Amino acid sequence: MTEAHSSGALVLADGTVFRGTAVGVGGIATGEVVFNTAMTGYQEIATDPSYAGQVVVMTAPHIGNYGTSSFDDQAAAPFCTGFVVRSMSRAPSNWRSEGSFAGWLKERGIIALSDVDTRKLTRHIRDRGAMPAAIGAEVTEAELTAAASAALPMAGQDLTQLVTTARPYVRHPSGQARSSVVAYDFGIKRDILTQLTSRGAEVHVVPATTAAAEVLELAPTGVFLSNGPGDPEPVTAAISAVRQLLGKVPIFGICLGQQILGLALGAKTHKLPFGHHGGNHPVRNLHDGTVDITSQNHGFTVDLWSLTTGSAPSRRGVPGPELLPVEVESDYGAVVPTHQNLNDGTLEGLECRDVAAFSVQYHPEAAPGPNDAVRLFDRFAAVMDGG
Amino acid sequence: MPRRNDISTILVIGSGPIIIGQACEFDYSGTQAVKVLRADGYRVILVNSNPATIMTDPEFADATYVEPITAEIVEAIIAKERPDALLPTLGGQTALNVTMELAERGAFERHGVELIGAGLDAITTAEDRGRFKEAMDAIGIRTARAHYVTTLDQAMDAVADIGYPAMIRPSYILGGGGTGLAADERQFRDIVINGLDASPIGEVLVEESVHGWKEFELEVMRDRNDNAVIVCSIENLDPMGVHTGDSITVAPAMTLSDREYQEMRDEAIACLRAVGVETGGSNVQFAVDPETGRRLIIEMNPRVSRSSALASKATGFPIAKIAAKLAVGYSLDEVANDITGATPASFEPALDYVVVKAPRFDFAKFPSVPPILGTSMQSVGEAMAIGRTFPEALQKALRSLETGRSGLNADPGELPLLELDTAEVLTRAATPSPDRLYAVAEALRRGVDLALLSEITHIDPWFIDQMLQLVEVRHELAAGKPERELLELAKRFGFSDGQLAYLWKLGVEQVQSHRDDAAVRPVYKTVDTCAAEFVAQTPYFYSTFEEESEVPAPAGRTVVVLGSGPNRIGQGIEFDYCCVHASFALRDAGYETVMINCNPETVSTDYDTSDRLYFEPLTAEDVLAVVAQEQPTAVVVQLGGQTPLSLAGALQAAGVTIAGTQPDSIDAAEDRERFAAICRAAQVPQPPHGTATSLQGAEEIADEVGFPALVRPSYVLGGRAMRIVFTVDELSEYLRELYGAVPGGEVDLSEAPVLIDRFLEAATEVDVDAIFDGDELYIGGIMEHVEQAGVHSGDSACVVPPPTLAPGAIDHIEAYTEALARELEVRGLINIQFAVKGDAVFVLEANPRASRTIPFISKATGVPLAKIATRVMMGASLAELRATGVLQVPARPDYVSIKEAVLPWRRFPGEDTLLGPEMRATGEVMGVGSTVGVAYAKALLAAGHTVPNQGALFLSLADRDKPLGMEVGGLFHDLGFRIFATHGTAGALVRHGIPATGVDKVGEGPYDPVRLIEDGQINLVINTPRGRRARGDGALIRKSATRHKVPCVTTIQGGLAVARSLTEDPSQITAVTSLQDRHRALGGPT
Repeated sequence: MTEAHSSGALVLADGTVFRGTAVGVGGIATGEVVFNTAMTGYQEIATDPSYAGQVVVMTAPHIGNYGTSSFDDQAAAPFCTGFVVRSMSRAPSNWRSEGSFAGWLKERGIIALSDVDTRKLTRHIRDRGAMPAAIGAEVTEAELTAAASAALPMAGQDLTQLVTTARPYVRHPSGQARSSVVAYDFGIKRDILTQLTSRGAEVHVVPATTAAAEVLELAPTGVFLSNGPGDPEPVTAAISAVRQLLGKVPIFGICLGQQILGLALGAKTHKLPFGHHGGNHPVRNLHDGTVDITSQNHGFTVDLWSLTTGSAPSRRGVPGPELLPVEVESDYGAVVPTHQNLNDGTLEGLECRDVAAFSVQYHPEAAPGPNDAVRLFDRFAAVMDGG
Repeated sequence: MPRRNDISTILVIGSGPIIIGQACEFDYSGTQAVKVLRADGYRVILVNSNPATIMTDPEFADATYVEPITAEIVEAIIAKERPDALLPTLGGQTALNVTMELAERGAFERHGVELIGAGLDAITTAEDRGRFKEAMDAIGIRTARAHYVTTLDQAMDAVADIGYPAMIRPSYILGGGGTGLAADERQFRDIVINGLDASPIGEVLVEESVHGWKEFELEVMRDRNDNAVIVCSIENLDPMGVHTGDSITVAPAMTLSDREYQEMRDEAIACLRAVGVETGGSNVQFAVDPETGRRLIIEMNPRVSRSSALASKATGFPIAKIAAKLAVGYSLDEVANDITGATPASFEPALDYVVVKAPRFDFAKFPSVPPILGTSMQSVGEAMAIGRTFPEALQKALRSLETGRSGLNADPGELPLLELDTAEVLTRAATPSPDRLYAVAEALRRGVDLALLSEITHIDPWFIDQMLQLVEVRHELAAGKPERELLELAKRFGFSDGQLAYLWKLGVEQVQSHRDDAAVRPVYKTVDTCAAEFVAQTPYFYSTFEEESEVPAPAGRTVVVLGSGPNRIGQGIEFDYCCVHASFALRDAGYETVMINCNPETVSTDYDTSDRLYFEPLTAEDVLAVVAQEQPTAVVVQLGGQTPLSLAGALQAAGVTIAGTQPDSIDAAEDRERFAAICRAAQVPQPPHGTATSLQGAEEIADEVGFPALVRPSYVLGGRAMRIVFTVDELSEYLRELYGAVPGGEVDLSEAPVLIDRFLEAATEVDVDAIFDGDELYIGGIMEHVEQAGVHSGDSACVVPPPTLAPGAIDHIEAYTEALARELEVRGLINIQFAVKGDAVFVLEANPRASRTIPFISKATGVPLAKIATRVMMGASLAELRATGVLQVPARPDYVSIKEAVLPWRRFPGEDTLLGPEMRATGEVMGVGSTVGVAYAKALLAAGHTVPNQGALFLSLADRDKPLGMEVGGLFHDLGFRIFATHGTAGALVRHGIPATGVDKVGEGPYDPVRLIEDGQINLVINTPRGRRARGDGALIRKSATRHKVPCVTTIQGGLAVARSLTEDPSQITAVTSLQDRHRALGGPT
């Protein structure tokens, strides 16, 4: 091309090298490589704190087409460590665009690659699992290989510490507050806050390590457990806080929030081979059989079988409800699976029968992705109203 | 919700003949639906008048009715077959319209038939723009400000409110016919008057103009549980104002932010709910103001469509197949995604590539129509291309069109543009036309500002910048040499070897060898619905230039079938039918089958049809790359029309084995001199003829062979530019016109010689389709044309078995066919056209390949010719095929089958409807009956000609047609018609004792035929021309008839056939028999 670009590369922990053109800043960064199949919403993805510690590969080839807009940000800054695309647009076009996505990444110090065979990379991750990698521009491949082999795996790290708010803050609804929600910030997306406040909630956003007693002091009508990055197991402070809150105040969790709720209930979580990252995941409501198309971004899942003596039957063809237990007994009474992913049969939602707590693994706030499941926020509002 | 067990028999309505706006996408959709319903255990009844479809193959439905799609006849089928349910959403507008008519007649209550897929209410709400607007208002979705009117006065009030420019859209119209944008009152009045006339219910919508806005479509599916998914988003590169069918379109949408897209998605789903589409697929169109993002819903189609076929091919999500499953009770999550086999259909495909669809036009065939695009669809076909990026896909799409271009300029096709001044280039870029994008690219090459181009074209700046990148790469290439780095860069941007050869002034072979040296070769990636998230089971591939190829190494015996590319006049669905049959036959014979094609409308590009599908342009470069990957035993080129045939030479030169008849034989048949030698050797007479390489030579040859003479350039398809000339002056005028020389200037014929044949007047034309295995000949059928020689076979009706041929002539035809097949060393199909006068038979041309009539004749006789020919091409003998039951020779039919051509006059009202040697039909229908009259009556009905059985006939005949004209006049008189005629014709009639009223010449008196037609006093016109120059009155009369929907017959044989059809008992015409019953009676395959 006429613009001179330096080359860059992504080196995986298994030694595989993917070369491309550097379109972000120079340097080296490491992270777990994950692919996202959403065809729009790159800016929301780049600013979703759940991508902390990850290098994001977009499977949609043209990225940056409609530029950037501060309206789309999910956090003040991007937390992903790198961004990889097939073709970075240089001339964005949209009535709201404030500038190019490549420029935006550069300003925010993100290393990004374009012109990569992202499909080959995606297939590699699909077949071998998400793995640590080093992404770099204006560096040697030897440096990258060394960095990749030294990169930490995702499991076992508490990444919420990188993204949670340092001190509490409050978001007010536009009108009269109808409820008071304490939101644990494990990496909360702005659109979640918007969904809560637009339903009349006054939201007290608190750091991930906030103790249960502090929460209860605020006398909330509900507690929200946010999305967030990485492995839920090391997020021990929050897990024990939730154990103390269960039964005292209605709880709603999204994504990492569901995993923390699951761990608090005594279930185990485990890592999925390459996670769910995209905007087209079919989720069945096990109660009425309807299917929502959902936005997802997680690498771990709650295993309800761990609360039983049984185990999941092996899967044949399109996954069915038999892959989940019907009901399990926890430290807080009965727990039922409420939602299931139809691609791989994993748990997408759970509900406690004896205490007011429910959660979903996907993102009803969308941003990016379909709005099919947004009514879950209504449900939370109704639960807090005593419904 | 599971399968419905309360219904067992389902009637599916097809879309009838191929017309502009309704093409083979409905064969693809219908075939899928019929297959899936049958596999689910339902008894499927099908009606479709189009014999060239795969869906009407007798093995697909339980009972197949190749009958006219009219309410009366469909009701007769319902009465006979007693279906429980009718699925109206798979046969385009035709099926929806006939469904509404059936409902109005009370046919569904009468016979207890339930509508599945879409109810009447949903159809009416979607189709009636007024009701649609109300439904959208009720749920808060914005539509363009509009008023719905039924008179011109109301329309004037409406436009007073809305202002100019105003859009006019007739209700219940297919492909945007009658739709138009009016900039002022004069235009407004014209369009409204036409629109009120075009709408079957006489109403139009006068609407706020969204001209120049961005245009999007979403393909939505909904099931009975109210689950909804968007299968695909499509963005039109051409802005609002160019019909979607005529636009270059891109999937997925490129310039919407996630928030905008999700809002559009929510509205599309809400729209389906509000309209009441319970199950199935619908297409929802939106316009977006690029300045503000303001979004309007434009329309929705509660059925599968051209866009849904495109979306299915673009994503791998088979909309029609799943729509059929949903219609019988399944929910989306109960249907598996075929491609992964392990995930459900309740998801939204994720694309990791870009799809570009480009329309194919045939304006050259319709000289009265300026090649300017608007809101009424004019394209006759389309090509789709897949690439990893938009620039790559765009260049592939443009070369897939087979319009002589190798991509977005950088080829010899750009030379005329280089000579234009920039103002003219910009004018062309700003005018929507088939070629505007080349002008945009040329403007970019000259450095015209991106913003300016976007402003004058209304093409989104993102697309223009992508094209600018192509232009920048072109500059970089032109400045460099064929070295690895540049070759890679070029290929990643979709440049073909042809473009590189042009830029580097090399031969294509040299570019190829540079690429081989540098190992720059395509890889093949999979269309998998999920952006590689899951393992794909379905081998559906496209080429690109990246690091990893996903095609497994070839194993076993593989045969590649080359498809026929985008539809065009002269090469359409018939050839796709043949290619699909070849694939089926090869699979039956134990081969692995590979299909290469780029036409998204077709059955051949269904991933179910062949073992592997490559969605690729049909150029030598692209095909040879697939061949290198697949290492096939042989490549089939004789079934896809001219497109694959034209590649045969290049394939053979590259060492590829061609199945069946060899390219040399094809050349021998096409080359006049060689063919003459073949005819001499085979002792088959030809009409006197010669080949001229100069104007003078042409005149000498014409003198020698005698007038009238048939003249045409060598190597053309569909009779392009062919003409019958009666004098030397006409001949030289024609040649000057043809070669673009100035009058009196020099005509250079040395490059492309001209063929001159004696035209045999009053001869009967006969088509023969046969299979030769090297030893034995099997005659598939002898078809007698209704129109005489001189009318292109694609435009004329033909009858089988031949009703009037003398036994002696038939003997000659059979003997000559065998002799020619033997002499041409045919292995597989051969089509021969003969002219017959009494017992004398002359060969007009021989084509050692599949012809347009293969599907028709296969349906008329029950013998699947394309399948048998494929086996013969692969080495089987007819004797073996008989012994194994593949070929079951049927008895001579005791019924008559007629194929009638369907012409696009309604779409091009300014065009003279005269039939001639240049083909202009877009499609065909088949009528079957006990007599020629019944069969022809059905064919006419199926073709949409409502021939009146009483009233007034206007007759105007050439002298040579007068003897037969007297018989025609007599028949109409006996039927009770009043006859008006031109003076000469009237005199002849009166002398024969047939009462007739003479009328004046056009514009010369009170009894002017055009005025009579305009006043509604004429119900039928028979006007036969006197040679090429008898244009004046005749043309005016014919055009007037088209405008006023008065049936107009332009040959006397056609007139006779119409008269005879009217003498038939009407109950015979509505009597229906399935193909399966007819074939069973012949003792052929069942």
